[in-house]
Amino acid sequence: MGYEWDFAVVFRDFDLLLLGLVNTLKVTGLALLFGVPLGLALSLARLYGNFAARLFVGLVIEFLRTTPPIAQLFWFFFALPILIGVEIDPFRASVLTFSLQSSAFFAEVFRAGIQSVEAGQWEASRAIGMDRNETLRRVILPQGVKRMIPAFLERAIELMKTTTLVSAISYADLLYQANSVAQSTYRTIEVFSVAAGMYFVVIFACSLGVRRLERRMARSGETVMN
Amino acid sequence: MSGGRGADGAGEALRIEDLRKSFGDLEVLGGVSLSVRRGEVVVVIGASGSGKSTMLRCVNFMEIPTSGKIFLGGALVGRERGGGIEYREKELTRLRARVGMVFQHFNLFPHMTVLQNVMEGPKTVLGCDGEECRRRGNLYLDRVGLAWKAESYPSQLSGGQQQRVAIARALAMEPEIMLFDEATSALDPELVGEVLETMKALAEDGMTMIIVTHELGFAYTVADRVLFLSGGRVLEEGTPSEVLTFPREEGTRNFLRGHGTFRLPEPRLD
Ligand SMILES: Nc1ncnc2c1ncn2[C@@H]1O[C@H](COP(=O)(O)OP(=O)(O)OP(=O)(O)O)[C@@H](O)[C@H]1O
Ligand SMILES: [Mg+2]
Repeated sequence: MGYEWDFAVVFRDFDLLLLGLVNTLKVTGLALLFGVPLGLALSLARLYGNFAARLFVGLVIEFLRTTPPIAQLFWFFFALPILIGVEIDPFRASVLTFSLQSSAFFAEVFRAGIQSVEAGQWEASRAIGMDRNETLRRVILPQGVKRMIPAFLERAIELMKTTTLVSAISYADLLYQANSVAQSTYRTIEVFSVAAGMYFVVIFACSLGVRRLERRMARSGETVMN
Repeated sequence: MSGGRGADGAGEALRIEDLRKSFGDLEVLGGVSLSVRRGEVVVVIGASGSGKSTMLRCVNFMEIPTSGKIFLGGALVGRERGGGIEYREKELTRLRARVGMVFQHFNLFPHMTVLQNVMEGPKTVLGCDGEECRRRGNLYLDRVGLAWKAESYPSQLSGGQQQRVAIARALAMEPEIMLFDEATSALDPELVGEVLETMKALAEDGMTMIIVTHELGFAYTVADRVLFLSGGRVLEEGTPSEVLTFPREEGTRNFLRGHGTFRLPEPRLD
């Protein structure tokens, strides 16, 4: 006798799962919103800062990249409040952790993108009197960012997957909600299957969207002849 | 030779005094001096590694000279201090806007249209407003005969056209002097002519130019003066006919022998 599937129960509590998904997207979105510009700033400091700044930022980036995300999350949720004497709720702790954590990865994506632009572009920009910031803003980043899109997307997806860790500090993300629905309905298999499906749909839709964007940008005269 | 051009010696565009440049232990320029009048066209020739590019790159401070002085429009660049010259990056950035440079590899901005490429300097560096920038962009594109390609991207142009856009991009800054570093060396032979024609037209309009080239026929017809660089020094200097047809120095002769007879620019059949 096989397992009797019953999705009806799951769909009765689907609004709870949707709420979880919204929370997941909220943390991911905010982490991107803060993490991307911070990553850009870190990459610029690492590339063009003075010796002390390069060293310091390099260490911070390596530290964020090499320590387990769950340990960082626990640190910001349990340790930081004791240090500063202020409660931090799971939502804020999550956003803080993943903004910082993803900024380290985005810093490396930006760095690779900036460095992939040929030296000739710097030369040409300098020759018409542009300074470093103008060159970065007008010439290097617009080209680098295009090339970064695949790596950027990969990191964003990785980020969304990593945010499942927030359920460990009781933040009601999709995984956390799935877990509580599973416990109240005893329909563990169905609930987690549906939750996995929801992750899949969102992430797959994102990557399709970006792939289309990439194709459109490729058509607008990107290929270099010389 | 320089028929009908306004090279009347009215002022000095550039003066280089005892310019030296070393990379580590390697001395690439060993004391070059040169004075260029307004509207004068100086062609620099020399073997590979003789320091031609380095000399040009020092003139617009893409490389900082190890020692020596450079005067632009009569004024010393940098400040004298303790026997040397002190340069500030900010000043050099401003100064580069006054010196146009065209490279062997055109280095156009691939993410911008042709017009945007030409407008970029005026817009970002000189801060002109949108209308004025467009006007300038179109003006200089027209000067190189490419106004009709304004909305194309560089990748849609031939190599010769790309190089002409690069020339327009430099011209749009309305520089006091233009430097060309082997502007035709990366081009297929059939595309060389159009770029040389463009440069020749500039010369005839009275632009001050220093041109590094291997196109000796072109040098012969366009130059007011030819410099032969060898081992980071000026070995011989004079009118095109002095240096190219009656070279005095053995080094110059050897170099010219290696070149065979010069090729003249594409004939104009109009
Ligand atoms: N940034 C640099 N660092 C170290 N050495 C350099 C640098 N730039 C140029 N050189 C060296 O300086 C010498 C002269 O180079 P330069 O490019 O000025 O010669 P060139 O006359 O332009 O040669 P070519 O005809 O091949 O372009 C060469 O030996 C080159 O290797
Ligand atoms: Mg060279």
